[in-house]
Amino acid sequence: MKLNVNGREHEIDVEPEMPLLWALRDALDIRGPKFGCGIAQCGACTVFIDGAPVRSCSVTVGEVSGAVTTIEGLAADGRLHPVQQAWIDEQVAQCGYCQAGQIMTAVALLQAVPEPTDEDIDNAMSGNLCRCGTYPRIRAAIKRAASATAGA
Amino acid sequence: MGRLGTIARRTFLIGTGLVAGGLAVGYYYYRKPYPNPLEGELAGGEATFNPYVKIAPDNTITLIAPRAEMGQGVATTLAALVAEELDVRLDQVIVEHGPAGHAYANTTMLEEGGPFAHFDESTVAELMRSGMAVAGKFLGMQGTGGSTSIVDGFDRMRQAGAAAREVLKLAAANRLGVDAASLWTSDGIVTDPASGKTFPYGALAQEAAALAPPAEIRLREKSEWKILGKPQKRIDMRAKVTGAPIFGIDVRLPDMLFATLRMNPYRGGPIAGLDAADAERMRGVVKVVKVETGIANGFAVIADNSWRAFRAADAVRAEWGKGSYPADSAGIRQVLETALKEGDVSYGRDDGNVETAFADAPRERIVEADYSVPYLAHATMEPMNATAQLKDGRLDIWAPNQMPTMVRQLAAAAVGIATDNCFVHTTYLGGGFGRRGDIDYAIYAAVVARETGGRPVQVTWTREEDMQQDMYRPAALGRFRARLGEDGLPVAVDMRIAAPSIIGSLLPRYFPSISPIGPDKSITDGSANQPYTIENYRVGSIKAPVSVPVGFWRSVGNSFNGFFHEGFMDEIAVAGGLDPLELRRRLMAAHPTAVNVVDKVGAMSRWGEKLPPGRAKGFAFTLSFGTWVAQVVQVADVGGRIRIEKVWCAADPGQVMDPAIFEAQMMSGIVYGLSSAIGEEITFADGAVQQSNFHDYTPMRMHQCPQIEVGILETAHRMGGAGEPGTPPSIPALANAIHALTGKRIRSMPLSKEVEFV
Repeated sequence: MKLNVNGREHEIDVEPEMPLLWALRDALDIRGPKFGCGIAQCGACTVFIDGAPVRSCSVTVGEVSGAVTTIEGLAADGRLHPVQQAWIDEQVAQCGYCQAGQIMTAVALLQAVPEPTDEDIDNAMSGNLCRCGTYPRIRAAIKRAASATAGA
Repeated sequence: MGRLGTIARRTFLIGTGLVAGGLAVGYYYYRKPYPNPLEGELAGGEATFNPYVKIAPDNTITLIAPRAEMGQGVATTLAALVAEELDVRLDQVIVEHGPAGHAYANTTMLEEGGPFAHFDESTVAELMRSGMAVAGKFLGMQGTGGSTSIVDGFDRMRQAGAAAREVLKLAAANRLGVDAASLWTSDGIVTDPASGKTFPYGALAQEAAALAPPAEIRLREKSEWKILGKPQKRIDMRAKVTGAPIFGIDVRLPDMLFATLRMNPYRGGPIAGLDAADAERMRGVVKVVKVETGIANGFAVIADNSWRAFRAADAVRAEWGKGSYPADSAGIRQVLETALKEGDVSYGRDDGNVETAFADAPRERIVEADYSVPYLAHATMEPMNATAQLKDGRLDIWAPNQMPTMVRQLAAAAVGIATDNCFVHTTYLGGGFGRRGDIDYAIYAAVVARETGGRPVQVTWTREEDMQQDMYRPAALGRFRARLGEDGLPVAVDMRIAAPSIIGSLLPRYFPSISPIGPDKSITDGSANQPYTIENYRVGSIKAPVSVPVGFWRSVGNSFNGFFHEGFMDEIAVAGGLDPLELRRRLMAAHPTAVNVVDKVGAMSRWGEKLPPGRAKGFAFTLSFGTWVAQVVQVADVGGRIRIEKVWCAADPGQVMDPAIFEAQMMSGIVYGLSSAIGEEITFADGAVQQSNFHDYTPMRMHQCPQIEVGILETAHRMGGAGEPGTPPSIPALANAIHALTGKRIRSMPLSKEVEFV
């Protein structure tokens, strides 16, 4: 089975019903997407398929036909994505376990809505759980990334 | 006598030196009583000065922050303490957790485990604290918990940095033939201002490490600090925004297998039958093995991929023997009710004479209330996991854990090897909140590793297993009464709280030979030790005999006593016709720090100003883990549902090492508390936990999270913690705000049983 992840073609021998998350983590050793719940309730495993955010724990490898992007594929030419930089500037992460998923979801939000309102942020981000309570700083980082992009 | 006596005397002398000499350092402290764990693992050319500092010839400077980094920022701040005195920049150093070692014992965790309130500085309390600290060193327990890391490391880490700096200067002075005192240090370089010569630390490290530091080194005054007291960039931030593989679940080793567990859902029950024939035929499955320990019994599926292990575990047919507790929540509640009514009470506080004060109290002057809270799960985002390899009599454990020396000892014992042959590698933790102060996951992984012929095996729990095999925050009941005086202030308060004992659950799990005797102070933590002065004031605890495993949940007993005590105080204020802040100002007048945070949060939140209709505020105060915290929560009625709009928090931990990290910890503690208040509950039916994942155990989400404003004060005379004290007052402040908004007094958690939240 072929899988394109972060611009690289991989050939993997797994059951088509294996969730994409586990194909990435345990077969391809791409460990940015995290396992949190297995039932699309927490968002820690969020990746893009053809640019659209999906919960990789609930998409099977067999269903994937497009290109997969994980958190490892966000930075380009050694430069962090503006959303990652905003996360650093706002010092968002605490334990950090959910943050790859949070960042992926935020990137998708900003691609769809470059200047999101609080309500847009609530709607987009409420599928991503954080037990450390970083939500206020996530909100601040999304706004910072939005204005950085708008100014660019 | 011999060794123990010698250590005790040394410890005592050093302790005295610290007090008498202000901030003197005895270098001996760093070499004894425990060996430097870094000695055995130096890379070529590396030199170590003490258990906290390693320097390589290429000027790679490694600082050891031997506390679990579970999000609280401890790696950054512990490193900052060393860096401040070592004269290096934080962006210049590598920070590692380091190996498990008694040298890294957390003595503060035990000191504050004594039965004295934080503000009690009586001779007995102080002697007790110092006695507990000595015991802590003997036991050598390396642990992260009780919001103690920075308090514990404040002197020790700075001393480590200072001692290393001084020998580096000595080494340079020896080369130059000048007085060490004439040399400067900064950014990892020793400079001789007279000659202009400079030496990077790396060039001096080998020579310096062989030198003895001066017997006394004065630590820098606060006014001289360059790093401490100022917000620092967290050393773990870049890794965490790039998805770096830093967590336990990310450990990868050559030839590693992947496994998962299914333990008996009837907690503590035996395996009655197991049929794994179908599972063992499934793709990738290596084998299915029983995991029977004194903690829980079940099986592990060992496979070549986590998901294959999960799927095969579903195909195993297991019959489970029952647990030894009532089969449902109603039955458990009955045990708690009976304990509250008839159990042995031990009083953590008994001022005046409560019985006399109530004997002649007129009915209309009495306020009475019963409160209750459910069991709660920790639900760390990273499910429990550990990776283990048992090969040639050596056991290695890679685990996100809060208790490395206990993991080493008990994982080794579980597979029958000597403690010295067990090596613990503590990864970053995807959340801890006390869950990883238990070590069941590491013991299970060690037991599974016996079955892999020397191959490493990563044992990952499913979320369902994590939820159903937690060591829960205990359920608790409280019965309270107060007698009000003519002025509305309470002249008598009587509190009685029943809960299963955490230590009574934990000791039999791990140390079955030690029987937990005596009262459990945690049952009244947050009620018996609050800085209120009330003439007749009694707080009693009762251990309720329920064998459901319980453990440390962020802020422990304070997590429910904050709700009990401060919910009831709000009832007293309402009944007595007093403003809730004014009530606290009067009852805590003997403790200016308490009044300071009350006033501060009052000013921040504009307490007392009229709010538009449909909005209301609630207040609560809790002193926990040495930090004085007052909070105001504002709620709004949104079409009959409650939105938590804003939280103001004033906190005084005495001294703050990093205001940005401290603020983040207050926010985190508040969200954790509010999250439990609006929708978390563990219930039992048919002998097992009913909740299984985030669809039925529902933590707070982005759209429910209020704005949070944190104000920091530094007036307390002793230093307090950061990780937990934000949690306890958040819950009652919310409940009190809901009362102010709706007139509904909710005395049972989660509050979502009685009101609906946005």
